[in-house]
Amino acid sequence: MTDTLLSYDEVLARFDPALGLEVHVELDTATKMFCGCPTTFGAEPNTQVCPTCLGLPGSMPVLNATAVESAIRIGLALNCRIAEWCRFARKNYFYPDMPKNFQTSQYDEPIAFDGSMDVEVDGETFRVGIERAHMEEDTGKSTHIGTTGRIHGADYSLVDYNRAGIPLIEIVTKPVLGTGAKAPEVARAYVGQLRELLLGLGVSDVRMEQGSLRCDVNLSLSPKSSPDEPVGTATLGTRTETKNVNSLRSVERAARYEMQRHAAVLLDGGKVLQETRHWHEDTGVTTSGREKSDAEDYRYFPEPDLVPVAPAREWVERLRSELPEPPHQKRARLQTEWGFSDLEMRDTVGAGALGLVEETIAAGTSPQAARKWWLGELARRANESETELASLGVAPSDVARVQALVDEGSLNDKLARQVLDGLITGEGSPDEVVAARGLAIVSDEGALATAVDNAIAADPDVADKIRDGKVAAAGALIGAVMKEMRGQADAGRVRELILERLTPR
Amino acid sequence: MSAETRTAVELAGALASGETTSVEVTQAHLDRIAEVDGAVHAFLHVDAEGALRDAAASDARRAAGQTWSALDGLPIAVKDVLATRGLPTTCGSRILEGWVPPYDATVVARLRGAGLPILGKTNMDEFAMGSSTEHSAYGPTRNPWDLDRIPGGSGGGSAAAVAAYETPLAIGTDTGGSIRQPGAVTGTVGVKPTYGGVSRYGLVALANSLDQAGPVTRTVLDAALLHEVIGGHDPLDSTSIDQPVPALVEAARRGADGDLTGVRIGVVTELGGEGYQAGVLARFEESVELMTKAGAEVVEVSCPHFVHALATYYLILPAEASSNLARFDAMRYGLRVTPEAGADGGQPSAEDVMRATREAGFGDEVKRRIILGTYALSSGYYDAYYGQAQKVRTLVTRDFEAAFERADVLVSPTAPTTAFKLGEKVDDPLAMYLNDLATIPANLSGVPGISVPSGLADEDGLPAGVQILAPAMADDRVYRVGAALEALLAQEWGDALLAQAPPLPPAAEGAHR
Repeated sequence: MTDTLLSYDEVLARFDPALGLEVHVELDTATKMFCGCPTTFGAEPNTQVCPTCLGLPGSMPVLNATAVESAIRIGLALNCRIAEWCRFARKNYFYPDMPKNFQTSQYDEPIAFDGSMDVEVDGETFRVGIERAHMEEDTGKSTHIGTTGRIHGADYSLVDYNRAGIPLIEIVTKPVLGTGAKAPEVARAYVGQLRELLLGLGVSDVRMEQGSLRCDVNLSLSPKSSPDEPVGTATLGTRTETKNVNSLRSVERAARYEMQRHAAVLLDGGKVLQETRHWHEDTGVTTSGREKSDAEDYRYFPEPDLVPVAPAREWVERLRSELPEPPHQKRARLQTEWGFSDLEMRDTVGAGALGLVEETIAAGTSPQAARKWWLGELARRANESETELASLGVAPSDVARVQALVDEGSLNDKLARQVLDGLITGEGSPDEVVAARGLAIVSDEGALATAVDNAIAADPDVADKIRDGKVAAAGALIGAVMKEMRGQADAGRVRELILERLTPR
Repeated sequence: MSAETRTAVELAGALASGETTSVEVTQAHLDRIAEVDGAVHAFLHVDAEGALRDAAASDARRAAGQTWSALDGLPIAVKDVLATRGLPTTCGSRILEGWVPPYDATVVARLRGAGLPILGKTNMDEFAMGSSTEHSAYGPTRNPWDLDRIPGGSGGGSAAAVAAYETPLAIGTDTGGSIRQPGAVTGTVGVKPTYGGVSRYGLVALANSLDQAGPVTRTVLDAALLHEVIGGHDPLDSTSIDQPVPALVEAARRGADGDLTGVRIGVVTELGGEGYQAGVLARFEESVELMTKAGAEVVEVSCPHFVHALATYYLILPAEASSNLARFDAMRYGLRVTPEAGADGGQPSAEDVMRATREAGFGDEVKRRIILGTYALSSGYYDAYYGQAQKVRTLVTRDFEAAFERADVLVSPTAPTTAFKLGEKVDDPLAMYLNDLATIPANLSGVPGISVPSGLADEDGLPAGVQILAPAMADDRVYRVGAALEALLAQEWGDALLAQAPPLPPAAEGAHR
């Protein structure tokens, strides 16, 4: 079944979107939330488990103090208030990937609450309110074997409990209003800047593709009484919660899709169902999750096996004083240091490349060269393959090395791009790619001289023009030489050799 | 005197003097189990091989001049609600049939670490829900005083095993009286320690905020020795108290001189009178009189909110239990029942298997409490039931605080009646729940309590018990006063109460395996 979508312009003429974002962050603590099992990603299934994270009868949880510290630091970085006293609660529901059939989470007493984060989109700042950030444990991971790949219609399912009990922080925004046409971009920018903030805190590796940062996009539309009605004034409509949104790009696309789908339903006189939707990265659509998520009664009650968490104020204040520089301050400082224009900085941030550019510069590359690679060639490739820059397989140190090879004359731009190809296809380090593909610039003057002589002989008309003083015509000969050298020549040196031979009469 | 009728302290002395060995003592108890457990059915699982192996290791240790504890080499039985590595743990439920835990509960680990051979696992009401052990999925345990009567519950197996001389020591768990009430109706000693005083790690939770493991023995001093082995802080249990255990053995030895001069004893008005059997009350009053004569200052104290304790308990317990028992879903361990077809007529789904397994694996009392608890936690009812119950719980605690300002310990009959007949109350849940009337307040507040035999009721000749309660972390007081009362009563009787129990017939259907 295909959803009917309204054109984006029409959506905006008639409706006002409200966003809500729920982000789950896996903390990169060495051990799980309530037991001593390791949290390493990618281990053999069910090898990082113990009685507690398997929920065996009689087992009990013991709270991971590092996870609490990370939660408080995240809360502080999001300008939240930190609870003086809070408890864990049991969220009761049956599902095979939950060992105890309840999730140990926080309910009405989150560790951090009432904060905000300023999100920039195209130079405009949107303040996103943070409702709460709370601690909870992850569930196991189900794999449904069968034609559909989903639980409905599966022949059987496999469960890996290695993930069960990994510490999660769930960060929930307040309804984000007044973003109008920019709602999808604000959603993306929020998640992107939240990632940046979490990276800066060093609390998570925030890899969306590995699920260490997962995002649910809540969206609702409210009808405008007139196209001129100011944004952010209408009452909230019925929302949907779109899950499985696993890249920054998907956050934006999913929000846009749901806006267009809701609008079409509403215009047709229908009602938007309050439901969970699943985002499909490949087809770019959402489908109904068939879960009655809000009809479910989780029967929350305080977890009797854990004692309340009461972080000492002195500790909280010490953590506050030790927070890293906030991202917006850091951006302002870096922009000055790098000498980027507002536009250059905005593009860098917008592409999610700030950290990559920073690391590349730290590895010895000039700011402009670092920006040029990440926002030019690499951004183009990421776009082509529909992946994130950070997931291309090119490290900032690789980019720095490529630029160093260009600077020392071993590579030209064209060869450098081929090195990037090799990096993306996983052929090794830049030097290994250069060696394996034979990409270094030929500095054999004899071979170069022969190629130059051949080019002059092959095109006497052009040669005459140059002799007549039309130096610009040398381009054609340079091209011919580069072609004969299969690109592996320094174009500047070729030009010198041509002009030496064709001195004006 | 045969090995199995001696107390743990006497046996420890015999081991120390070289008069006997752990293997001999352990074998004597295994023989006794083989002889009488067919009739009593205190055990769900007997591990003769493991117990004798550990006994031999204890003897070897002792021969080399080493012992791990005062109780090293003394056999013990463990209620089947504590996880035992390599030994089946069923909690008296079909749903856990065949489950062998890969780990030891902390209490069990401490027993092993102190050198006590584990004879086996004792019978209990399913998931510790009941006061008669009739709710065990594996059949009831019988009271050694009268095989047609219940041994109390939920820890009827541990109490009956101790009363029938099948073991000198046992571990029970007490959520609303499951150690103390079986102690009272079998003429044995049972202690519920301060909440957090003994680790709950590995204790399959009934109600996490109420459960506590403790000793089941024939004497107060034996209980103190065992309590010192199992008690103390455990980093694996976040609710465990990080303070040293009071000197319990010392308190019990001190109490044994029968002198209670200067001790203030509070008789709780609300825990007596209507609903209590005349013979039980008579023995209680005699006990109070004896303690008065021994120098105690007796005061009457009122705890007005105790009348709401039972109702409060039956909201908190089912709420926590309904969540705790959710994990029994056939996905990872225990029973799995796969229906022929799913609810939609097609292949059964995981949900269908869960439903069928829980339907077949849980008994009626367990289902009743899961439904009660699910309801009490439901959105819209939470505040009226679970929330309100927590408030009353606070009031019960305040009653205790006020009472302990006037008295060092509080006393009451442990259970309102002596042992009733098997089948008498099994279809009347409310009548069954009333057995725990006097024991529940201590669980709601986390304070420690002991039940000491007070004699036989005139009308039926069956044992009754006195309960002694103390403030949290003052477990030493229950041992001091308990040991004193025990000594005063022994002077009256001239022997232990259990000596009056009729001999058990050897089991007609043969030895238990």
